[in-house]
Amino acid sequence: MKFAVLVFPGSNCDIDCFKAVEAIGEQVEYVWHTTTDLSGFDAILVPGGFSYGDYLRCGAISRFAPVMNEVKKAADEGKFVLGICNGFQILTEAGLLPGALIRNNGLKFRCHQTPLEVVNSATAFTNQYSQGEVISIPIAHGEGNYYCDDETLAKLQANNQIVFRYAGDTNPNGSVGNIAGVSNERGNVVGMMPHPERAMDQLFGSEDGKRMFTSILNAWREQHGAAVNG
Amino acid sequence: MAQQLTAKEPTAEQIADQRIYTQFGVTDYEYELICGFLGRKPNYTEIGVFSVMWSEHCSYKNSKPILKKFPITGPRVLMGPGEGAGIVDIGDNQAVVFKIESHNHPSAVEPYQGAATGVGGIIRDIFSMGARPVALLNSLRFGRLENDRVKYLFENVVSGIAGYGNCIGIPTVAGEVMFDESYEGNPLVNAMCVGLIDHDKIQRGVAKGVGNPVFYVGPATGRDGIHGATFASVELSEESEEKRTAVQVGDPFMEKLVMEATLELIDSGIVLGIQDMGAAGLTCSSAEMASKAGNGLELYLDEVPQRETDMTPYEMMLSESQERMLFVVEPQHEAQAKEIFDRWGIICAKVGKVTDDGRLRLFHKGEEVADMPVKALVDECPVYEKPSQEPASFAASASIDTADFAEITDLTGALEKVLASPTVASKEWVYNQYDYMVRTSTAVQPGSDAAVVTIDGTRKGLAMTTDCNGRYVFLDPEVGGKIAVAEAARNIVCSGAEPLAITDNLNFGSPEKPEVFWQLEKSADGMSEACRVLDTPVIGGNVSLYNENTKGAIYPTPVIGMVGLVHDTDHITTQGFKQEGDVIILVGETKAEFGGSELQYVMTGEAKGRPPVIDLASEKTLLNTVLGAIQQGIVASAHDLSEGGLAVALAESCISGRIGAEVNVATELRADHALFSESQSRILLSAKPEQAAALQSLLSEQGLTNAAIGTVQGGSLTININGKSGVAAPVQQLEKVWKDAIPCLMK
Repeated sequence: MKFAVLVFPGSNCDIDCFKAVEAIGEQVEYVWHTTTDLSGFDAILVPGGFSYGDYLRCGAISRFAPVMNEVKKAADEGKFVLGICNGFQILTEAGLLPGALIRNNGLKFRCHQTPLEVVNSATAFTNQYSQGEVISIPIAHGEGNYYCDDETLAKLQANNQIVFRYAGDTNPNGSVGNIAGVSNERGNVVGMMPHPERAMDQLFGSEDGKRMFTSILNAWREQHGAAVNG
Repeated sequence: MAQQLTAKEPTAEQIADQRIYTQFGVTDYEYELICGFLGRKPNYTEIGVFSVMWSEHCSYKNSKPILKKFPITGPRVLMGPGEGAGIVDIGDNQAVVFKIESHNHPSAVEPYQGAATGVGGIIRDIFSMGARPVALLNSLRFGRLENDRVKYLFENVVSGIAGYGNCIGIPTVAGEVMFDESYEGNPLVNAMCVGLIDHDKIQRGVAKGVGNPVFYVGPATGRDGIHGATFASVELSEESEEKRTAVQVGDPFMEKLVMEATLELIDSGIVLGIQDMGAAGLTCSSAEMASKAGNGLELYLDEVPQRETDMTPYEMMLSESQERMLFVVEPQHEAQAKEIFDRWGIICAKVGKVTDDGRLRLFHKGEEVADMPVKALVDECPVYEKPSQEPASFAASASIDTADFAEITDLTGALEKVLASPTVASKEWVYNQYDYMVRTSTAVQPGSDAAVVTIDGTRKGLAMTTDCNGRYVFLDPEVGGKIAVAEAARNIVCSGAEPLAITDNLNFGSPEKPEVFWQLEKSADGMSEACRVLDTPVIGGNVSLYNENTKGAIYPTPVIGMVGLVHDTDHITTQGFKQEGDVIILVGETKAEFGGSELQYVMTGEAKGRPPVIDLASEKTLLNTVLGAIQQGIVASAHDLSEGGLAVALAESCISGRIGAEVNVATELRADHALFSESQSRILLSAKPEQAAALQSLLSEQGLTNAAIGTVQGGSLTININGKSGVAAPVQQLEKVWKDAIPCLMK
């Protein structure tokens, strides 16, 4: 399986995403924001960071990058697209995911491990977790406060599009419904504020993120008739 | 020589007659010297250039005699002071590059941008050497946190550091923050950056090869930061507020692009010389690069990218606009260099040429507007041996018995008071605003003795810390200087690393005051001796003088930034207790020493008497032995005893480990003395029960005082003294006091 890690000017978790894919032993390449062909990739990772310095609004400039047309195309084809942190912000700005990310309610950047509840373990991104399992994944953001209107929230719930919630009373940023990650209706595009790519090794605080990547691998193999347990 | 470009600028005659140079901090004597070097009177641009090159910030004219004291060589040192940053060999063709730098005065008037650009500047120092920055640290000092202005400064300095470091994607992994009236109105903001480099990629800031083109990269030059270096070299005053324009504005996004493009350029192997534009901008980088190569330089100022109209040569040369670099390649590599910067969307402009005449010559609108000997600018600034005098109070304070205070009977209450003191309290409020995990290499996060960052593709890691207790240095600069180095080394060892070298930031008051200069001399003596004994040479650093407020000089604060090598990630050790049943061992001797201690400060609001004594030979034995034990795998946790002594160390090890401890200290001292003394060269260890005996005999063999004082167990911290009840509190309660202190004050 081959992963693309997009690189926008100002991306800075690109390296971490790259290392995470390497850690599960799959192929990975950096893809520059001006690229106009993603046909060689099975999954696309939109990494965290401060693309275009977060100027104007997080993700608002990146969504106009040439590569984003290809990301939309890939999503339409059913390929897996995962946006993490700034990547999540870019995907909402691009209209690939519902809702928006606004300033943390505490108005400060926050960086720490966070307990996350796996709300939907039936996605291509979470099939190696059990339903309702609480995992430890770090956050690092100033604008991770997920917002959507009531109608959208009801739809997200009805369609099982809420993938992760901040567990218990740990909501760190004021997100509506404690939402930490959502998917599109089809389930092949997921965005999340916490960083699974930073939770690949107990040495760095948690290895709970690893199963996110093996889930994607597993889903891809299932699609290609070679399902395994990650 | 064109004299006049704008009507606003005074003529060379007016500068001389009206002594306008004094406004730039140039003395009459220095002005005469400059006239001598030029063979005529300097024009406005030239006096501007000379004044920044001869400022303390760029020339070290007052501190050079002090800096000579430091040991700067060692078997691992690949590059000592003089370049952007020092470099130390760590084996496998790799090296670590690091440096600390201050941004105190800018942060006093514009805390967010002052701190942010301090971070930006130190990062440039690291990547301009060709190194990939892997970690940031800082060392901060503020007045009492109850004061509203202090809260404003603290809040915005932390925000500024976070804003820059988070955006550029370099983790801020460690630091220290202390609060004391002494820093009111003149906070200290020291930022340190650590990078990794392969030996063959090391760059120098030299303008090599006569005829080669000189390139400017980065954003266009504006009028911001003009005379920043001069501003840093005078005392803050009422008028400082008006000097906000001397504070630069940072753009971390731009620096991220400049960094990636620069590292790519260096990787391509075509760079002959490269230097960042830091203090004194284009002036300092061009003059220093020419000087190091023994060459001259011509700059064509019309080619300098400008973001404001009608900028004068004076303004362009003195601007400290951020995120800019200067580099030299051979003419045939010009297109290759430009292609790299184009791809990153960065301006790359040819602005000059290397010459052989040893002069810095500036051209603007078809005329030569300045012509100065490079050597005079860089090397000929007079060096001053300032008068030094021991303060009258020093001898008298020797007789103060720091242990002579009414015995504290409520020891749990006292512990809670010390834990709630902002200097000791948890800094989570601070470091949770920093992205300390980006790059996924941070194995030991902020809040332990030293942070550890692993090195990809190896089993090695780098431990790093910043330390200095200014109160100790104030009470006895020589002893305080030794303690600063020793404590840094102890923190490095407690994390499982071998101390390698230090970078230092000498934050002092005005060197014009003989008592301040005496502090500078004595603390440098102490630091130098400690560096020699502990084998940690000084590979670079920064001097920040004129740190004064209305009440006088700040506490002398020579901040030590130390880096150590973790030989195997299995050696990484943290301060938290690990497991029920582990044996707690106190290493080192406790005496009743309270000069400059946290307990003294909490009780009296001041620092008086002499600081704790330190014996460097014993310290060395302690460090070697504890590191050996850690490397053998017989240590479960290690924690340096510092502010607040044994009681605070025990509480922190419990809180970090989320587990309790039952301790009994056998001592001849008073209970409060035993618990809160800040005697040096002490470490709190814990070990598995089956390994405790081996650990103790290892310590005893080396003649180190050590005692098994208790076991890790339960959910409370209980400390008895000679069997008599002392401290007893649930760990959760101590944790709450410790963690809530700063957030409560900041609400």
